[in-house]
Amino acid sequence: MSVLVNKKTKVVVQGITGGEGTFHCSQMLQYGTNVVAGVTPGKGGTEYSGKGEDMFTRPVPVFNTVKDAVDATGADASVIFVPAPFAADAIIEAADAGIHVIVCITEGIPTKDMIRAYDFVQKKNSQGGNVRFIGPNCPGIITPDECKIGIMPGFIHKKGRVGVISRSGTLTYEAVAQTTALGLGQSTCIGIGGDPVIGTRFIDAMKLFNEDPNTDAILMIGEIGGSAEEEAAYYVKKNVKKPVIGFIAGRTAPPGRRMGHAGAIIAGGKGTAEEKLAVMRSCGIITVESPADLGITVKNALDKKAKKTAPKKTVKKSAKPAPKKAEAKKPVKKAAVKKSVKKAPAKKKTTAKK
Amino acid sequence: MKLHEYQAKELLQKYGVAIQGGVPIKSMDHFDNAVETLKANGVNQIVVKSQIHAGGRGKGTVYHKHNRNEVAVEGGVKFFGDNFEKAKDYAGKVLGNILVTHQTGAEGKEVQTLFIAEGLDYKKELYLGILLDRTNSKNVIMASIEGGVEIETVAEETPEKIIKIWVDPGTGLEDFQARQLAFGLGLEGAAYKDFLKFIKNLYTAYEGLDASMIEVNPMIITNDDKIMALDAKVTLDDNATFRHKDFEELRDLNEEDPLEVEASKFNLNYIKLDGNVGCMVNGAGLAMGTMDLIKLAGGSPANFLDVGGTANPTTVENGFRIILSDPNVKAILINVFGGIVRCDRVANGVVQAAKNIDIRVPVVVRLQGTNAVEAREILDNSGLNLISADTLADAAQKVNMALQMAEQNSGEEVIETVEIVEITETESAVNLN
Repeated sequence: MSVLVNKKTKVVVQGITGGEGTFHCSQMLQYGTNVVAGVTPGKGGTEYSGKGEDMFTRPVPVFNTVKDAVDATGADASVIFVPAPFAADAIIEAADAGIHVIVCITEGIPTKDMIRAYDFVQKKNSQGGNVRFIGPNCPGIITPDECKIGIMPGFIHKKGRVGVISRSGTLTYEAVAQTTALGLGQSTCIGIGGDPVIGTRFIDAMKLFNEDPNTDAILMIGEIGGSAEEEAAYYVKKNVKKPVIGFIAGRTAPPGRRMGHAGAIIAGGKGTAEEKLAVMRSCGIITVESPADLGITVKNALDKKAKKTAPKKTVKKSAKPAPKKAEAKKPVKKAAVKKSVKKAPAKKKTTAKK
Repeated sequence: MKLHEYQAKELLQKYGVAIQGGVPIKSMDHFDNAVETLKANGVNQIVVKSQIHAGGRGKGTVYHKHNRNEVAVEGGVKFFGDNFEKAKDYAGKVLGNILVTHQTGAEGKEVQTLFIAEGLDYKKELYLGILLDRTNSKNVIMASIEGGVEIETVAEETPEKIIKIWVDPGTGLEDFQARQLAFGLGLEGAAYKDFLKFIKNLYTAYEGLDASMIEVNPMIITNDDKIMALDAKVTLDDNATFRHKDFEELRDLNEEDPLEVEASKFNLNYIKLDGNVGCMVNGAGLAMGTMDLIKLAGGSPANFLDVGGTANPTTVENGFRIILSDPNVKAILINVFGGIVRCDRVANGVVQAAKNIDIRVPVVVRLQGTNAVEAREILDNSGLNLISADTLADAAQKVNMALQMAEQNSGEEVIETVEIVEITETESAVNLN
C-alpha cells in the first residue's frame, strides 16, 4: 500500500514531446513508471520514443487530447510539463477527461489561472468526481520502486514507511536522501509545490498519510508564508497518532521579500517560521531546527514510538496491525542508534553493531 | 512587482476607477508645469506626495541625502490647500532626499518622484482591499470603516470592523455582494450608488491587470458624496508578465537593490541580506534551508541565491561575481543537491568559475546526488581554495571553520588551499547507492 500512486497507476504525460516532457518521461520510464500515453495537440496517432540523449526505453503512443488518451489507454494519472501560459488549461483538461491524479510540474503559472483551475477541480469533486490535483511548481509524487510521477531523482528513494510532504523540491530530496541513508525509506513522497494556490495542501496530504496503514511516521517540510502548515498542525493534534516531524525553511528570511517561491513571503508579520514552529510544537509535532537533522529526527521519533508502544502492547488490546510491525523491528535498532546518533553510518549495519 | 501610487492610479483609471488625480514629476523644473496642468483642470488646492515603494509616508521623515543625520523636512506627504508657493518649497526639500518611514527601515528610500495631486475635501475615510485568500484559493474583498489606518492594526484590535466577501472564480463579483459591502460600510444615497460602480470597476481592474493585491487606503467619500481612491497600492503578479509586456516599463529599478537587479539579468534569483556568509544553492526551499543552516553554524547569511535546476558553469560564475561584490562576505557555501544534474559537471563548473574569478574567501562546496564522489575529487584536486563537504551537517561545520579561518587571515594574502578531505562519518556518509 501507498498513497495515491502505485505500480498499477497508468500515467499520461501532457506535453510529452517538449524538452522537459521528453527528458522526464525518459527518466520515469527508466524508473519503471507505467507511462501509457502522451498528449501533444496535433501529434495524435503517432508514437514517440524520445529524442537526442533522452531516448525512451519503449515507444509511447501520442494523442491529441487527454480524453482520447484516457479512452484508448485507461490512463488514470497525468503529469503536466506544459509551459506556464497553457498549464491551467492542461489541468482543467485532465480533470475534465476523468483523470484521478493530476500532477502539474510547471512553474510560473499566473495566480489568476490557478484560481480558475483549482475551482474547476473543486467543482468537479463536489459533483462526485474523484480528482486529486498536486502542484503546480512541484517535483511531483513518488512511491519508491513502484511509480515516479515527476522530476525527482529516483535513485535517492527507498521503499519504506516514512511519508514525506513538502513545499520545496531540492529540500525534499535532501530529506529523502537523509532518511534513505539511515535505512528508513519512504512510503510515498508528495511535493505539494511552493505556489500560493496549490491543489493539495499540507492538510490534504496529511490526511492521506494518516489513513495509510503502511506509513509509520510523517515528515512535513514547510516554509515561510501562508498558514497551511498551521492548518495541518491543528489537524494533526486532533487526528494523527503517528509521529509527525516538521521543519520550516526560512527562519532567516527577511519580511516582505519573496524568497524564490511565489508563496514564500512573510506578509504583514504573518507567516514567519517561528510562528509556524510554535503552532506545530503546540500541536505535538516534533520540530527540527537544522535541515541537517531531518533524517535523524525521524529515526529518533520512530525509535521512541517503538519503545513506547512495546510495553503498552501487552496492556492495551487495541494495537493495530501497523504499529505492531514497527514494534517488531524498531526496538532492535534503537540501542545502536542511541549510542551513535552523530556518526551512525546507518544502513542495516547499525543493527549488527548491537 | 510593486508599483508607485501614481502608476497604480494611472492603471486603475483606465478601468474607470475614480481616483485622486495628479501629475508625477522627477525634477523640480517640472513643478510649475504640473501645477498649471492641475489648475487648468479646475484644481485649486494641492497635495505633494512622495513616491516610494513603502507605506507610512505621511508620518515619515525626510533626511538630507548627503547628510543622513540632518532632517530636511517632516512628513513625506503634505496638504497645502491653495498655497502653491509653500508646496513648491516643500517639494524642493523632499525630491532627491531620503524618506524614512516605519516600513523602509532606517536606511530609508530616495524620493525620485513626487506626485503633485489635487487636494480634496472629504467627509470620511474608508478601507478597501482585494487579494488572494490562500486558505480557500479565492479572491477576497476586504472593506472597513476604519480607513487611513493599517488594516493589520484593525484586524488585530477590532476585527469585527472588517467585512469580507469571497468572489466565486466561476461567476465573478456579483451585484448582491457589492451591495453587501456597501451596506456593511454604512453607505447611503449617492455615495452608496457610486460605491457599487467603484467596486465593480476595481474588481475588474484587479482581474484585468493580473494584480496580486490592490489596496485603496483610504477610499474616501468626498463632500459631494463621490467615492474616490485617495491612495492606491497595486502589486502585480510576476508570473503574469507574459500577458502584459507593457508592464515592464513600470518596474522601478531604483527601488531595488543594485545587486539584485544585476542578478536578475543573469536569471539568478538573488536577494541581498546583511550577513557574512554568501551562499549559492539550487532550489528555493533548499536555499532558505541553507541560510538557516549558516545561522546555526554561527554565521549569518549574506544572501538568498537560487541558481535554479541546472547549476552550469556560467550561472555559477555569475553567482560568484554577484556574491563577491558584497564586501561583507567572509566565506561562501555552495550547496547543490544534484538530483538529476550530475555533480561532477557542477564541480567542473565551480572549478572553472573559481579559476576565472579572484576568490579571496574560503569556499565550502557541498555537492550531493549523482556522481558526488567524483565531484569531491575534482574539487579537492583543483588546487583552488575550495573546501569540499559531504553532508549538510558537515557543510555547516566547515562553514564555521571557514569563518574562523577568514577571521585569522583577515588582512593577509589569499589563503592556501585547505585540505579537509576526510569524509566524516555523519549520517549520509553512507553512499546513497
